[in-house]
Amino acid sequence: MQKVYTKIESIVGNVISVRAKGVKNGELAIVTTATGESYANVIKLQDDLVSLQVFAGAAGISTGDKVRFLSHSMKVSYSDDLLGRIFTGSGVPRDKGPNLDENMIDIGGPSVNPAKRIIPRNMIRTGIPMIDVFNTLVESQKLPIFSVSGEPYNQLLARIAMQAEVDLIILGGMGLKYDDYLYFKDTLEKSGAMSRTIMFIHTASDPTVECMLVPDMALAVAEKFAIDGKKVLVLLTDMTNFADAMKEMAITMDQVPSNRGYPGDLYSSLASRYEKAVDFEGAGSLTILAATTMPGDDVTHPVPDNTGYITEGQYYLKGGRIEPFGSLSRLKQQVNKDTRDDHRALMDGMIKLYASYKESLEKKSMGFQMTEWDDKLLKYGQLFESKMMDLSVNIPLEEALDLGWEILSECFEPNETGLKSDLIIARWPKKDA
Amino acid sequence: MNNMKGRVTGVNGNMVNVAFEGSISKNEVGYIHVGDTRLKSEVIRINSSVASLQVFESTTDVSVGDKVEFTSEMLSVELGPGLLKQIYDGLQNPLPELASQCGFFLQRGVYLDPIPNLDWEFTPAVKVGDSVAAGDTIGTVPEGLFTHQIMVPFNIVRGDWKVKKIVEKGTYNVRANVATIENQDGETKELSMVFSWPVKVPINCYEERLRPDEPLVMKIRIIDTFLPVAKGGTFCVPGPFGAGKTVLQHMESKNADVDVVIIAACGERAGEVVEVLKEFPELTDPKTGKSLMERTIIICNTSSMPVAAREASVYTAVTMAEYYRQMGLNVLLLADSTSRWAQAMREMSGRLEEIPGEEAFPAYLETRIAEFYERAGKVRLKDGRTASVTIGGTVSPAGGNFEEPVTQATLKVVGAFHGLSRERSDARKYPAINSLESWSKYSGVIDDKMVEYARALLFRGTEVNQMMKVVGEEGTSVDDYIVYQKSELLDAVYLQQNSFDPVDASVIVERQKYSFNLLFKVLASNFDLKDKKSVRKYFNEIRQKFLDWNNVEFKSERFKQIESEINAQFDNNFVSFDEKAEKLM
Repeated sequence: MQKVYTKIESIVGNVISVRAKGVKNGELAIVTTATGESYANVIKLQDDLVSLQVFAGAAGISTGDKVRFLSHSMKVSYSDDLLGRIFTGSGVPRDKGPNLDENMIDIGGPSVNPAKRIIPRNMIRTGIPMIDVFNTLVESQKLPIFSVSGEPYNQLLARIAMQAEVDLIILGGMGLKYDDYLYFKDTLEKSGAMSRTIMFIHTASDPTVECMLVPDMALAVAEKFAIDGKKVLVLLTDMTNFADAMKEMAITMDQVPSNRGYPGDLYSSLASRYEKAVDFEGAGSLTILAATTMPGDDVTHPVPDNTGYITEGQYYLKGGRIEPFGSLSRLKQQVNKDTRDDHRALMDGMIKLYASYKESLEKKSMGFQMTEWDDKLLKYGQLFESKMMDLSVNIPLEEALDLGWEILSECFEPNETGLKSDLIIARWPKKDA
Repeated sequence: MNNMKGRVTGVNGNMVNVAFEGSISKNEVGYIHVGDTRLKSEVIRINSSVASLQVFESTTDVSVGDKVEFTSEMLSVELGPGLLKQIYDGLQNPLPELASQCGFFLQRGVYLDPIPNLDWEFTPAVKVGDSVAAGDTIGTVPEGLFTHQIMVPFNIVRGDWKVKKIVEKGTYNVRANVATIENQDGETKELSMVFSWPVKVPINCYEERLRPDEPLVMKIRIIDTFLPVAKGGTFCVPGPFGAGKTVLQHMESKNADVDVVIIAACGERAGEVVEVLKEFPELTDPKTGKSLMERTIIICNTSSMPVAAREASVYTAVTMAEYYRQMGLNVLLLADSTSRWAQAMREMSGRLEEIPGEEAFPAYLETRIAEFYERAGKVRLKDGRTASVTIGGTVSPAGGNFEEPVTQATLKVVGAFHGLSRERSDARKYPAINSLESWSKYSGVIDDKMVEYARALLFRGTEVNQMMKVVGEEGTSVDDYIVYQKSELLDAVYLQQNSFDPVDASVIVERQKYSFNLLFKVLASNFDLKDKKSVRKYFNEIRQKFLDWNNVEFKSERFKQIESEINAQFDNNFVSFDEKAEKLM
């Protein structure tokens, strides 16, 4: 039984209200306007006054337009037919493919029982040394890429999408520039990764409400695939746009803002999305990598700040490179003991030397005299930056470790590296006579 | 139970308005009927005939007109044998049982018995005709490491009660009737081993509160020596993300010298709780030789679980702590993180459209924080024993800036402040407690004056370091440079502690005193070192020795050997003791 209501009481921002009975909180409705149809969902009930947020935005809605309630909440189709497809934030195809309305599942479902979680144990190989060697990505991890507008974070995500050793990639784009959307589409199509990718894309010109739906849609589908045994990697870009959409909605709804205009539930809202990352015992896993741009390169801005408290580490993308300082994968300890015996030691050793290089560089720029040791460090730092840190480097972990030894042997004597003697005997490259 | 009924009139996020008839009370629990599920909620505001309820679950599908049933009871927890080793959510739902019933996901509206339905070996402690009052022991059962006292419920206050019936020694179900008591008016009450108590009301069935004067040893040098915590005291650990708050709390929960540890994971990552869940059963408690889990209760309301239940979770935890205190035990409650709890209050306050205070936190934030920490305390029970609840809360200040309302409100009421700093954690100096900013009002395991002397040295060393940054090493006098090296030595070998080293991870008091005394000799001495190069060499060598010393078993052969090496090196360049320090030694 679907009732149709034809009197809209108020229209404020993207929120409309109608007088209706028997409506459930969170229920989905279709608003039919002169120009088309849009989904809307119930966000507030007060007696018989129902407030709905209209996904396509309230522009052009007339007080006489029709509102039809569907008696269920927001859902998304789930099947293998999703692979290779592109949708909007409300699940409408963005490519020319058919509409999918079979096997609908709820979005924003309950969280995983902590007692059912397990300690993460598998690494995800990406072919990027700064990730694989220095801050390994682990299945079920949630990691943001902290960056500034203008940095190549979308390029990085696209590369990870192409190369990461997972079964399935789900890309959630929020407030993407149209160019960036096309970039993702073209790159993935060209590389052949599109067949294992599902995209939910909200571009900057699309209605704000759809932006808020993107992570929920992407994660609901991802979770389902993970339960069905797939290793899923969810890429979200850019979560700051998601937070800004939330801010916009909250202010429209007259909510009291807490910090720089963001609603008080910013932390909980971000957490309920990020916490979807999980490794299901006996099934698949869900890993989240999310770009978060820091307005003004300020890590204490509410969005990166709250994100940092939620996620298991972060990658700092600065000057086109993943910075070794500040970047952290909290879960790397769980996996890097089992990769290769020299992984941990080499990781620590190379970073310590790189830190010393930075000090020498500072000394040099201040005009202090350079010692022999400083010269070695300067050489090392340059090699490290060009051969390891450069984002275009694309080699598997083992090769990257060998390369690490190579770089060390080119710059230092074995005993200058601070590495354990038995490792040096086993791994130090033999110079050709 | 009056089974008051009401109807939903409005829904806004996790707040539901309900029209009711008759009388209801604030903080009363109500259940909203949505189809076949009942959603637990709590009355937080009453305005003429409309009550506002915060719902502990997702409010999807709630509609106007849904039936609401009120219970006449405030939000409560069940207390009785079987709490230890449990893993609960914020409303005392046992999570492992929930998992075996509902699978991977938390299903809303499922409420299980918090206390497992087990049989216990009950030994009566009273006879028929004995007078009893709230908190008196009527019998005991053995629960793991402890003798669990079965007490007269704390809410039995009015009247003189006498035991009318008590069962004989034997095995009974936890919910079976074990005693009946009667008052002078002939009113009777049947008692089992379990009773419930409202979480927001402190249990004060004791004789008097005492000053917390006994140190609570954490086996962490920087805390026990420099920033001590007392049994029955309170402390807070604010710090930016990634500074190691959770690692520090895990260290504390493993090493603290108490009988029971309650961990309240409040609005933090689920992954961190999992580490505790998987790790603790494997670890042995050095005090008892049993698994650490035997003395632990975990309350786990992680960040993606419903917000209102997060608000309740810290109260659930502290109520259990107070319950075990009634048995003469020392309890440590670690809450991670109180900022998330405060944020839950802020979210609710926003929905209630209250006038916001600073950073939109409600005006009553400070009162609530103070009330919570005041539930800690060392007490003398009615039978003369002393017992304590110690509360340690982490704070996650926005942007790592301590000038925010939650940190400031917390600092007003706690007895010790362990502030973590990003600089120290970036430099991998753990525990990353900033010893200069932090403070403690309790006295520790080492003579206060000596600690004061060492602290002053740290301050001066930092000053010298600041100065050196401007004028360079060349512009610093040898004396100042020695002060700087001394403070660095103290930092490197005493304040820092390697939680991954099996020996260094926990340091007993005796060893702390022993190493501090030796280190103090170095700190308090004048040396015949002429230039900076020799100073640096001297301190590098002695630092390396101290570090090696930290990693070997206390009083082992190797320990004594390194000690004599340190002493030998010390004697080499020793000239005299600083006068001020000599008086203290």
